Amino acid sequence: MTWKAEIDGGRCMASGMCAGIAPDLFALDEERARPRHEEVPEEERVLDAADSCPALAITIRDGTTTVGPRP
Amino acid sequence: MTTAETTPIAYPFNSAEGLALSERYDEARNRTGLLRVRMPYGEPAWLATRYADARLVLGDRRFSRAAALHHDEPRQSEGRRDSGILTMDPPDHTRLRTLVAKAFTVHQVEKLRPWVRQLTHDLLDDLEAAGPPADLVDRYALPIPVGVICAMLGVPEEDRPKFRTWSDAALSTSSLSAEEFSRNTDELRAYMAGLIEDHRIRPRDDIMTSLIEARDAGDRLSELELVDLCVGILVAGHETTATQIPNFVLTLLEYPDELRRLREEPALLHGAVEELLRFVPLGMAASFPRYATEDVEVGGTLVRAGEPVLVAVGSANRDALRFDEPGTLNVARPATQHLGFGHGVHHCLGAPLARLELQEALGTLITRFPGLRLAGDVEWKGQMLVRGPRVMPIGW
Repeated sequence: MTWKAEIDGGRCMASGMCAGIAPDLFALDEERARPRHEEVPEEERVLDAADSCPALAITIRDGTTTVGPRP
Repeated sequence: MTTAETTPIAYPFNSAEGLALSERYDEARNRTGLLRVRMPYGEPAWLATRYADARLVLGDRRFSRAAALHHDEPRQSEGRRDSGILTMDPPDHTRLRTLVAKAFTVHQVEKLRPWVRQLTHDLLDDLEAAGPPADLVDRYALPIPVGVICAMLGVPEEDRPKFRTWSDAALSTSSLSAEEFSRNTDELRAYMAGLIEDHRIRPRDDIMTSLIEARDAGDRLSELELVDLCVGILVAGHETTATQIPNFVLTLLEYPDELRRLREEPALLHGAVEELLRFVPLGMAASFPRYATEDVEVGGTLVRAGEPVLVAVGSANRDALRFDEPGTLNVARPATQHLGFGHGVHHCLGAPLARLELQEALGTLITRFPGLRLAGDVEWKGQMLVRGPRVMPIGW
């Protein structure tokens, strides 16, 4: 089973946090970060990345339900 | 070409008095490869001074902070930090960081803005009532971030004189011996452990209480990690912001045209804070070296596994390959992605809060005091990891 990861390019400030936590799932380009694949595994690390983003730019969805960042 | 055998040059370059960036950094950025440097304590290290190299070393998981614990880490003082979030790599680092990250997101801290703004006005009311001259550091720059972080964390603000001494020592690069350094750490930990016990008995709506719950109910961190995390939040949560407020004011006074422009166009304030974060080299030197866990090429130098790299963010923020006219303060500079808050997994946890505090502190001060000026000699901190005025008399 997988979730979907989305990064809001308008919010992303390229802190490098997500790519540091899960380099296999997130990549940092020159100005913005992006998920390497839209589909991400259902892992704690994915939610950690969303929780840790200082710009709160990452959204993780399970179908239509938002599972990350956690409230 | 520099190799690991090249005789290292003495580091740091910057002077503790003032905010100038040493010209040695310009030379370093313009040569191929990394410089080989030696700090007062610890083994020699590579020094990264360019923007791209800095981002690589800070952002790439092949560079480790935790590995520093197994080496004679290059540093400015004899004593060294052997615990805390800045000595960790993922996944340990992630486990601790995510416990507190929520409290410092843009959305969370934005809710504090009206309160912080009120705080800046109250402090200036007090200054006005007392009349000039006044010490900007003690009467304005310190009380803002101290008041905010104490309330968020759950530390009594009236303890400020007490933890001020410990906090200074924690960031000191002075002649503190390793023993004095560790005694100071123990005292600060004991103080925090006392507050934690009090919160256990009387839970409150603050970060300390939520961390205690994460420990006691979720077993997500050890007791020492809990104590160190609270200490880290308290120290990191005020010292840098308290130092940058007078630094920014001093810098703007040195660039009167930029200050005038900022007063005429208040909408530039947020961008101006970013530019000041880029422009003002806060650190005395690059610190907290990253250790390569495998061979990695950085800026034309092959860094071998097990070798440390120091990252000079103050220099990277003045890299002409990244910023136009990097040595000029331009409050209207387009968004810059400076490295003032670092980069990668250790990117400043409190960046959104620091931004908000700096915006409010600066905005209120320059608006209410159009005649703001220096009213005496600045006394510099000296012998600290961060540079800035210890005392800064102002008039208005």
